[in-house]
Amino acid sequence: MARMTMIEAIRSAHDLAMERDPTVVVFGQDVGFFGGVFRCTAGLQQKYGKARCFDTPISELGIVGTAIGMAAYGLKPCVEIQFADYMYPAYDQIVSEAARLRYRSAGEFTCPLVIRMPTGGGIYGAQTHSQSPEALFTHVTGLKTVVPSTPADAKGLLLSAIEDPDPVIFLEPKRLYNGPFDGHHDRPIVSWKNHDLGEVEPGYHLTPLGQAAVRRIGQALTVLAYGTMVHVALAAAEENGIDAEVIDLRTLLPLDLDTIVASVRKTGRCLVVHEATLTGGYGAELAALVQSNCFFSLEVPVQRVTGWDTPYPHAQEWDYFPGPARVGRAMKQLLET
Amino acid sequence: MTEETSVRLQLSIPEPEFRPGDTPDFSRVPIPQAGAVRRPPVDVNPEDIRDLAFTIIRVLDRKGEAVGPWAEDLTPDELRKGLRDMLTLRAYDARMLMAQRQGKTSFYMQHLGEEAVSCGFQPELKPGDMNFPTYRQAGLLIASGYPLVKMMCQVYSNAGDPAHGRQLPVFYSSREHGFFSISGNLATQYTQAVGWAMASAIMGDRKIAAGWIGEGATAENDFHAALVFASTYKAPVVLNIVNNQWAISTFQGIARGGSGTFAARGHGFGIPALRVDGNDYLAVRAVARWATERARANLGPTLVEYVTYRVAAHSTSDDPTAYRPKEESSAWPLGDPILRLKGHLIARGEWSEERHAQAEAEIMETVIAAQREAEAIGTLQTGRKPSPRDMFEDVYATMPPHLLRQRHEAGY
Repeated sequence: MARMTMIEAIRSAHDLAMERDPTVVVFGQDVGFFGGVFRCTAGLQQKYGKARCFDTPISELGIVGTAIGMAAYGLKPCVEIQFADYMYPAYDQIVSEAARLRYRSAGEFTCPLVIRMPTGGGIYGAQTHSQSPEALFTHVTGLKTVVPSTPADAKGLLLSAIEDPDPVIFLEPKRLYNGPFDGHHDRPIVSWKNHDLGEVEPGYHLTPLGQAAVRRIGQALTVLAYGTMVHVALAAAEENGIDAEVIDLRTLLPLDLDTIVASVRKTGRCLVVHEATLTGGYGAELAALVQSNCFFSLEVPVQRVTGWDTPYPHAQEWDYFPGPARVGRAMKQLLET
Repeated sequence: MTEETSVRLQLSIPEPEFRPGDTPDFSRVPIPQAGAVRRPPVDVNPEDIRDLAFTIIRVLDRKGEAVGPWAEDLTPDELRKGLRDMLTLRAYDARMLMAQRQGKTSFYMQHLGEEAVSCGFQPELKPGDMNFPTYRQAGLLIASGYPLVKMMCQVYSNAGDPAHGRQLPVFYSSREHGFFSISGNLATQYTQAVGWAMASAIMGDRKIAAGWIGEGATAENDFHAALVFASTYKAPVVLNIVNNQWAISTFQGIARGGSGTFAARGHGFGIPALRVDGNDYLAVRAVARWATERARANLGPTLVEYVTYRVAAHSTSDDPTAYRPKEESSAWPLGDPILRLKGHLIARGEWSEERHAQAEAEIMETVIAAQREAEAIGTLQTGRKPSPRDMFEDVYATMPPHLLRQRHEAGY
């Protein structure tokens, strides 16, 4: 085992996939020569040549649209949208094309495509560098949506996503790129290299899509989280002395409902946390699923701690971001109800 | 300037020349003589053929003779095949239109007047090449020998429909016949065609792609993205614009704006552009050959504008008399593609009125026989339908648990 950052883990996944499969191609804005604004593709062009890893014009729809054409040809494109906030120009291609191609052609054409996009806030990214648009993907039938929270998962899930025969939206919490972040923005940053969770298997290994990970076993309540909020939830549980079971969903769709249901039936309480805005967010789907699958086990109503229903602000970053204090309060309320 | 002397601004909204009740007159539309436009070598510098985006490449003259540098050395058999393809498409359209009116399906879209474009392009492709068509290029399928029965089963959404009844009628798909799955979302396939061509180049393959778009849909963002990417990576793709003058009720001037022609848009991207008489089968073939040769020689993309006219309604849900004169299609100066090729073959002594009438009858018989076969399987309302159980398949390669639950809930 070696310790690496999430960036290095993502780069390693690219490297291993490209080495193993000549049909894997990697492209996007600043992805080629420069190696990506977050360095996730650094060195790939030098190693695999310009035809396998290259820069594109600044056109999200062009990146995704051409990738769909390549996937239909038989390649496995793994493309990058520089920020999830900028995926909207590509949304038509993602929803109307990538997600539907297999269905509408009855399997004649398929779209084995990965679209990586840095997501989430906590970095003073304000409105257009902080969004968490996962609900806009989980609502789309035909897509798989993945959000890793550790370097090991980032690598294993990305390799699985590249191998997957269906289009996968791969949301990378950029707040976790260099180290875990529990919401304590006033404390010094710990690198993944100095953290046990930075352990990554150096070789090719897959983390299956559609399987959640229980990050903390507990009896008092179940927390459903993904991405940065996994670390926030863990911190909130420790700091408040709450015996929470923290489930890292990892794949939002297809969802590991069995793990969720088993946990909530055990604890009788469920808290859903995500950075994305509340109304129509993925938390609503999770709450509905828990309610309909665990109704007779629930001691209290399912609660959600999420971003507010506002655009992501700049100066008010820490009033917006659902940090350990807010999550901790919600946990206590859930137990006291 | 004081307020009084400054110009009061006014929004400019282009209008077609003729509306219902007007007498259409296209005598002012410049139509170059057949044979008048030069034929550059395929490795021409795009800068040197800027004028070709502002003229119309034509081969068949008024007497039906093939003239000028774009006159291809096509054999009479090839031309008769082209004529048969166009006649088949027209007969197919007529039968499917009627089937829609009879309630056998929900929807149909005709190609009337545009048959030469797709029927003339397809023969210049090779097995393995891929079209990324719109909903108005069924001639690509017909010219490639795709079974009529299968097309009809798609239109009827019956148990024989290769798309299992999931798609709107006329949204065909055939990988084998180089016909990419049609989407309802306009222009999306244009960018995908470029990507497919890029893939072929990445793999060092020999296959090329052809993108298709109507003039109205060139206003979509995908058109722009496709041209940027095709230009940047010199993708082996032919980017076809079918300018049939109308986007439903909207005349081409709305999409074209101040651009001289749709082909001219290629210039801004450094993509060589040709403008061709879309009702001239021979000109379409010649331009398709030029552009596909360029792509195969790794010389990059070509933009082609086919000047034609949408004679029929936009779809079975449309009534064009609400926005254009009834007589407009007959006033259109480029004539009927079938009659023009027929005239050429007759002028060459390779066809006759009798043979034509006979061919028309035979083709109609073939189409009707195919229709009988398709209807024996079913129509939208009758006969054997795709299984509702199948509705849940192919969303993903493997059915995820939530879909499996829903399928069970639905009772399958």
